[in-house]
Amino acid sequence: MSVARPLPHDAATLHVTGAARYIDDLPTPTGTLHLAFGTSQTACGTISAMNLAEVKSAPGVVAVLTADDLPFANDVSPSVHDEPLLTTGTVHYLGQPLFLVIAETHLAARKAARLGKVTYQEDTPILTIDDAIAADSRFEDGPRIWTKGDVDAALAGAPNRVRGTIEMGGQEHFYLEGQAALALPQEGGDMVVHSSTQHPTEIQHKVADALGVPMHAVRCEVRRMGGGFGGKESQGNALAVSCAIAARATGRPCKMRYDRDDDMIITGKRHDFRISYDAGFDGEGQLTGVDFTQMTRCGWALDLSLPVADRAMLHADNAYHLPSARITSHRFKTNTQSATAFRGFGGPQGVLGIERVMDHIAAELSLDPALVRQRNYYEAMAEAGLSAPLTEHPPEGISEHETMGRGTRYGGKYSPKPTVQTTPYDMPVTDFILHEITEALLKQSDYHTRRAAITAWNAEQSVLKKGIAFSPVKFGISFTLTHLNQAGALVHVYQDGSVHMNHGGTEMGQGLFQKVAQVAAHRFGIDVDAVKITATDTGKVPNTSATAASSGSDLNGMAVANACDIIRDRIAACLAELHQTKTEDIRFKDGQVFVGGAQMTFAEAAQTAYLNRVSLSATGFYKTPNLAWDRIKGEGTPFFYFAQGAAVTEVVIDTLTGENRILRTDILHDAGASLNPSLDIGQVEGGYVQGAGWLTTEELVWDDKGRLRTHAPATYKIPACSDRPDIFNVGLWDQPNPAQTIYRSKAVGEPPFMLGISAFLALSDAVAACGPAYPDLQAPATAEEVLRAVKRARA
Amino acid sequence: MGTGKEAGVYVASTPEPPHTELVRRLVFIMNVTFLLNGETVQVEAQPTRTLLDWLREDRGLCGTKEGCNEGDCGACTVMVTDESGAKALNACILFLPQLHGRAVRTVEGISGPDGTLHPVQQAMIDHHGSQCGFCTPGFIASMATGHLQRRRDHDDVLAGNLCRCTGYAPIVRAAEAAASAPVPQWMKDSVPQVKSLSYAPQTLDELAQWYAANPDATLIAGATDVGLWVTKQLRALPSVAFLNRCVELRAITHAEDTIHFGAAVTMTEVLETVRDLFPSYAEMVRRYGSEQVRNAATIGGNIANGSPIGDNPPALIALGATLHLRHGNKTRDLPLEEFFVAYGEQNRAPGELVTGVTLPKDADGLRCYKISKRFDQDISAVCGCFNVTVEDGTVLSARIAFGGMAGTPHRAHQVEAALTGKLWTAETIADAAAQFDADYTPMSDMRASAAYRLEACKNLLHRYFAEISGQATSVLEVAP
Repeated sequence: MSVARPLPHDAATLHVTGAARYIDDLPTPTGTLHLAFGTSQTACGTISAMNLAEVKSAPGVVAVLTADDLPFANDVSPSVHDEPLLTTGTVHYLGQPLFLVIAETHLAARKAARLGKVTYQEDTPILTIDDAIAADSRFEDGPRIWTKGDVDAALAGAPNRVRGTIEMGGQEHFYLEGQAALALPQEGGDMVVHSSTQHPTEIQHKVADALGVPMHAVRCEVRRMGGGFGGKESQGNALAVSCAIAARATGRPCKMRYDRDDDMIITGKRHDFRISYDAGFDGEGQLTGVDFTQMTRCGWALDLSLPVADRAMLHADNAYHLPSARITSHRFKTNTQSATAFRGFGGPQGVLGIERVMDHIAAELSLDPALVRQRNYYEAMAEAGLSAPLTEHPPEGISEHETMGRGTRYGGKYSPKPTVQTTPYDMPVTDFILHEITEALLKQSDYHTRRAAITAWNAEQSVLKKGIAFSPVKFGISFTLTHLNQAGALVHVYQDGSVHMNHGGTEMGQGLFQKVAQVAAHRFGIDVDAVKITATDTGKVPNTSATAASSGSDLNGMAVANACDIIRDRIAACLAELHQTKTEDIRFKDGQVFVGGAQMTFAEAAQTAYLNRVSLSATGFYKTPNLAWDRIKGEGTPFFYFAQGAAVTEVVIDTLTGENRILRTDILHDAGASLNPSLDIGQVEGGYVQGAGWLTTEELVWDDKGRLRTHAPATYKIPACSDRPDIFNVGLWDQPNPAQTIYRSKAVGEPPFMLGISAFLALSDAVAACGPAYPDLQAPATAEEVLRAVKRARA
Repeated sequence: MGTGKEAGVYVASTPEPPHTELVRRLVFIMNVTFLLNGETVQVEAQPTRTLLDWLREDRGLCGTKEGCNEGDCGACTVMVTDESGAKALNACILFLPQLHGRAVRTVEGISGPDGTLHPVQQAMIDHHGSQCGFCTPGFIASMATGHLQRRRDHDDVLAGNLCRCTGYAPIVRAAEAAASAPVPQWMKDSVPQVKSLSYAPQTLDELAQWYAANPDATLIAGATDVGLWVTKQLRALPSVAFLNRCVELRAITHAEDTIHFGAAVTMTEVLETVRDLFPSYAEMVRRYGSEQVRNAATIGGNIANGSPIGDNPPALIALGATLHLRHGNKTRDLPLEEFFVAYGEQNRAPGELVTGVTLPKDADGLRCYKISKRFDQDISAVCGCFNVTVEDGTVLSARIAFGGMAGTPHRAHQVEAALTGKLWTAETIADAAAQFDADYTPMSDMRASAAYRLEACKNLLHRYFAEISGQATSVLEVAP
């Protein structure tokens, strides 16, 4: 059957032949216009004059718009309406859109956009965390503080303490397809927008507001993105709204795509963080309490920074039970790009904070860092700790009675334990499986033997040193804004038995469409090729949530299953009546429908249903159950379950230059009962390399004027082919999710990103071989930073 | 070549064709002929129109993608065949006139005429090598070219193709799986016979005369630098000449003790030539740009543009290379280091061109170290090249040159002096390394801080000593 098969990405053949269409590849009507922004060349101030005469008279320019020309909302914010499309006179960061050029060609628009003569009354920009602290420039009234137990008493009474601070840089998404949108004006003022977005409903919403029309007058369609990673959750709004406004103004189709440098200068990136810690622990390395202060630069507008910073707090524990904790979070407002969603959404920063603490404790006690981690783990989930019976949601044909999962054993020798430990936000951890994963991974990666071998090797080397590190991830699955945890689907069965499938999730490369198509095929007992995957379309499924928070398959898989089941039940009821049998005796399998003793193809069944006037179209819906969350108090159950995994990475460094690279990585990752193991392994491999990139070569550099100096791949270095580990072993844990997810699978988009932290920790381990002091490695660990750490270790 | 008016035509551009740059001035149009996916095309091209824009906007061939528009991501990779064989190039910084007399194969032409998938395409499907798919056509072009060349060094073949989704592992698995499959017949392009192209002189005499008469013109060899003037700085280049058809500039000449590279010799050709002679220089060139960049970039361009961070000059200066220039009929030679006067200023008269560089063949002591944030396809923060001769434990001579440490590629004279005549010992090295403070005052930028540059520079002398002493010093040579 379809589910769990390692099928290729649905568009793989289109990808490799160049036939897959992205926004800029769509054939455009004659007369399509092209747009570009003129942007601010200063980071902070007010505009005293903006002379656009040269822009307007530049070759090919059709029109130039400023804020005054916008007919309705001048707002592309995804949250609190603090982000005008075009400046209203103040400038908040270097790169902010000031005016919009509409021209006959992309090149003409880009050229003209540089001809604006803008003079500014410049103010001193707030660029760094320290600037923001000094100016108390922040979002929200003060820091968010969550506490568990009496951390001050715990720290005061702790036998041992470590204190420290880790800085971690942001990260450019570097989706290979830059931001792009195309607006096609329709009759009666309606607008169709093609956008490279993870959030079509938001595009529809913002465009409607900008045009002063109801949402029903705007339709947004997304077939695929050339990568998203969170960077297309809100950052596409400006382009889509610009296109719609320009299309309305000119009556012509309008397209906008950022040149790469513009993309990097204009759009937001991962939040950089400074995390300080004060941790108390016993002689075994077990934490008694930890006090975290998380500081982050949110940039000039709020965007999604509050939930990002919340998620950093929510992952301050990662996989570890904190008997007492205080987590203080400062969300600073700075004159830089508005930091936005990026795979992990604050989680990686929070996780790196506690992983640094684990590492530091191990160094203080001269213990194996993996052992310290194991000692601090949450307790294992209880035996057979499924939150619901596996068979509650039958996977396929109505009378098909196989269990949904492929195993029921949990916890093993680590379970059962009588008490349930809670996170710092008071959520019980009932599905913790990292004890077993860790034991298996350490064994299959030969961790302990290699660790000893590395120590011996290092003793013989004067210039080069190796390091090895283990790190786990436990990542909470669900949007922390609870109402977003819903999804819709639309499924049609045609009278020839072919199926048209649509849902609110978007495809950005993660394989969502294929995984959900496999679900649909499975419900009908047909081949996945009989299911047509169709572009996400706000006209088909309304009110969608962003495809984000790793939730795509969980939410849309369930919604599609729901729609399929409705249709299948109708077909079954029809056939049961015709054949005088019970619906329970009807089976949908292998492209056939078995009705009592009779058998027909699915197509014949569909035809029969059609002739008997049965509706073969249905919407489906799903909402994640059992969520309750108070983000101000920091209490509740924000997550449906936890996805987990672990990695061991080995690296080598050059102590003369700090140059370094990854030699080997072993990963065991928990994707539940995988809907498609090949696609899930792809997420793990890709997530790991992206995570390692974040913490090694990917360095964002702003100058003291607030100008981003790393605004192109020439200066901003994501991992290249040879940066992947020489040996790269990735396995799935492949046990069913105790939570009632679609076929007991688990979300896999973001969690493996955090496995890249093991590469950073391995670098720290290698540096530690250079001397007695704790290396205090900061991120990203560029060659320069590694060399600094080598000197610290030797001091 | 005269004014070029005989061969080309001056036309006033009109705003009608949407692809045409809407510039109200006289534009020189070149008649370019090449093969596109096996079919001959003739294009009236503005000299700086890129292949990528032309493919996507004029031909509707949208498989080839724009990822960065500066030759750093490889999403626009195409296969280009000429007399020297097939090579991968970045279409975003490849001007149409550079294709004259060559054959281009885009992703659309890598599948067979009947739609049969190329082995690398099938392998990419089988091994899940695409996720978002946007980089995939460029990977396919690079992989198919590497496959044609029977390459097995996949990391080098693919160093110029960035993928943000997969982590590369499945792509390399695909490349390995397809490596031994036969090359499909349709991939073997022949090179079209074409007439001489105006502004692409075939002899050095022609070029030198024309350039002397047109000193404000821009000479374009591989366009890996000039391409960005056009795509990023949006500069109009009213007068250009293309060098890639000038046979003399493409020559590699071996003498007994020396080797001469014509200015238009590509870095790929340099790499092949120096692989056995100077393994360390070759290893640096292996990391110079990427496959696509090395296939376009020329050694002359890397020198003539005067960049303080070009990787060839430090190596060539350490080798004691001689630069050759020509102005009209006048030629002159000078030690390469004298060419670099100051930042943005070279010892080159208007209308004078770099014709080549000659280097000695014998330099066992040469070691080249390229320090960058990423190993492949990255501009050096520091590039240090050492050429020290030690006899009977004493330093006979030392030539040390660095890029990234000053406004020009620059010799470390004080360090050299501190080494020469001294015993080749750790103490000498430590003393000499301190002299870098006297030689260099580097700056801080997005690639590295001044402090790191200076420290790395000193430590590279220690690395050199350690390496010559037989110690393991390269993380790239460590096996898991």
